[in-house]
Amino acid sequence: MNGFDLSLIFLDYTIRNVVLGALVLGIVSGTLSAFAVLRKQSLLGDTMSHAALPGVIIAFLITGVRAPLPLLIGAMIAGWIGTLIMRLITAETRIKQDSAQGLVLSVFFGFGMALLSWVTRQPGAEHSGLDNFLFGQAAATVAEDVQTMAMVGILVLMLIVVFWKEFKLISFDMQYAKTLGLRVGLMDVLLTTLIVVAVVVGLQMVGVVLMSAMIVAPGVAARQWTNRLGVMIGLSAMFGAAAGVTGALVSSTALNMPTGPVIVLAISAIVVVSLLFAPERGVIWEHIRQLRRRGVLHAQIARQRLITDSKRPAISSQPANQPVAQPIPVQSGGSANAKGVLKP
Amino acid sequence: MTQFQIEIQLVAVLVAAACAIPGVFLVLRRVALMSDAISHTVLFGIVIGFFILKDINNPLLILFAAGAGVLTVSLSELLLRTGRVREDAAIGLVFPALFSIAVILITQNFQNIHLDVDAVLLGELAFAPFNRVGDVPRGVVVMGIILLINIVLIGLFYKELKLATFDTGMAAALGFSPALIHYGLMTSVSVTAVGAFDHVGSILVIALMIAPPAAAYLLTDRLGRMLVYSVIIGAASAISGYWVARELNVNISGTMATMAGVLFVIVLLTAPERGLVARAIQRKRRGERFAVEMLLVHLKRHEYTSEAASENTINHLVEELNWKPKLAQATVQRAARQGWIERRRDALTLTESGRQTAVNLLAR
Repeated sequence: MNGFDLSLIFLDYTIRNVVLGALVLGIVSGTLSAFAVLRKQSLLGDTMSHAALPGVIIAFLITGVRAPLPLLIGAMIAGWIGTLIMRLITAETRIKQDSAQGLVLSVFFGFGMALLSWVTRQPGAEHSGLDNFLFGQAAATVAEDVQTMAMVGILVLMLIVVFWKEFKLISFDMQYAKTLGLRVGLMDVLLTTLIVVAVVVGLQMVGVVLMSAMIVAPGVAARQWTNRLGVMIGLSAMFGAAAGVTGALVSSTALNMPTGPVIVLAISAIVVVSLLFAPERGVIWEHIRQLRRRGVLHAQIARQRLITDSKRPAISSQPANQPVAQPIPVQSGGSANAKGVLKP
Repeated sequence: MTQFQIEIQLVAVLVAAACAIPGVFLVLRRVALMSDAISHTVLFGIVIGFFILKDINNPLLILFAAGAGVLTVSLSELLLRTGRVREDAAIGLVFPALFSIAVILITQNFQNIHLDVDAVLLGELAFAPFNRVGDVPRGVVVMGIILLINIVLIGLFYKELKLATFDTGMAAALGFSPALIHYGLMTSVSVTAVGAFDHVGSILVIALMIAPPAAAYLLTDRLGRMLVYSVIIGAASAISGYWVARELNVNISGTMATMAGVLFVIVLLTAPERGLVARAIQRKRRGERFAVEMLLVHLKRHEYTSEAASENTINHLVEELNWKPKLAQATVQRAARQGWIERRRDALTLTESGRQTAVNLLAR
């Protein structure tokens, strides 16, 4: 019976939590991915997911418990400091964005690793599972995690609704936003913070390396289908959610399939399909259009040649015994068409 | 120092030097994040290589890893060429996907082999002396060879790399294929990453490829010096990281990455000319010099006029130039110290040299 599998999702505690968690993760990261891609901040997710680690460990050291909310806040603060350092480096020196990002990413993560190794050497069992924050452990998701994720997710979505106009403007036209007297700096920081939040929410599920994909891929896929921001965000959230649920279901039914990588492969497949087949922007359609244009152009060139040839006087020096090439008559429509081609 | 300690540091320094050399070009060519992508996707190459060779210690694995690096670059470029995806997004799409495939293959097929994700990201340098080839640790041999290859490659193609890095158009016009140089560099990054990640983990590879060259970039304008400084800073991060880690009993790779960051911050603050402190001082000096010049020009304009007595006083400067009294006082003192103005009670007058300076300024 098909219904059995479905009911398992709602009955089995672990599977339900994993699926719900992956769903929330997909929606939140998908939504913000749309902004990240438009604002050319795709790799911010990668940087932030690494930079969050020391914040998580320090938050644990301060509070002494492995509750999701304090760890989230710690991760956010660390990610935020990382962003500020990146801005300082790119604004004050000739070091470019990519180097600043790589620097923050690797140094913060290295520092977090050193802290983690110190924490795990301390007595007590409370720190067990901290490394899940590194590599993601979807199966370890408990109801409390899902609740926290959902709360944070709703807060993020509400903020996006409230600041919809502002976020839209700074995503497309920073200069115009400035001239309108918008507090561009503040909005910029707010939106970046929301991206950091989305990253941190997902870390526990899919881990550091794979979280970066969730900030890039849904937005890139959604961008191919539409030119409207609202639609793009909706699609992006949908793609994220679809990938999340797919990953969660596959990993909980197939033996020994890790959740995070399956989610990433699912979203990557969505990206490939979107790039190839999305109406208008799809690479396949573009290719077909190109072939068609080439065909039309060749036809026009051929017609033009016939016209110029037909106006040329017959060559008298041609030996009589060789047959003169029979001129192909040009139709009046074709002639007009060819003239149109010559006149731009 | 025991022999183990010396060996661990030797491996670390070799890794640092081998990473710094291609790292310089990554930073200069603005593709630093390729090190991030490649150091993750070498895992993919190793897994595929293991499938075919069935031996985790086969040196040919390095070729598969290098191939995976090149595959990452070409897939990103394929995405880029569709015109639908920006460069950063292209990189961010490719490496997580390849990494995911690698992780899935590992969990599905060889669980009992030392190839888990933690090891890839973290590495365990403390084990370096235990894995030996004859009398020397394997890490010393592998990293020594890779460092040598990097040095030889740089030596052979120094001019070409330099030209292609600073003036791609010119290099292309002279017949050096930018694509060939790009892929060559990426192959070098891949080989270095795969040799190094075994010992130090991919995060430290990224840190050592980016942080020391970025610091060196703030210290010099010459490519040759930048290479040398990068190697020195990288080696310093490795050695200091080792001792700090030993002292605190924490993960060695993580501490080395942290030290690379600390050294970068020190350079960022103190570098002559480009450091934050130097720039702040420059900015302050520029402001002070400009204020003195304003003062001289102001005095010159009103000199020998009927309103000179009222215009050329400190109080008036505060009013007309909208200066704070403190700034006015300091500026007058600075100008007086230069011997450009004289101060009699309230009235300020230009000296001969001050007048000349003001005339020169106005003529400028």
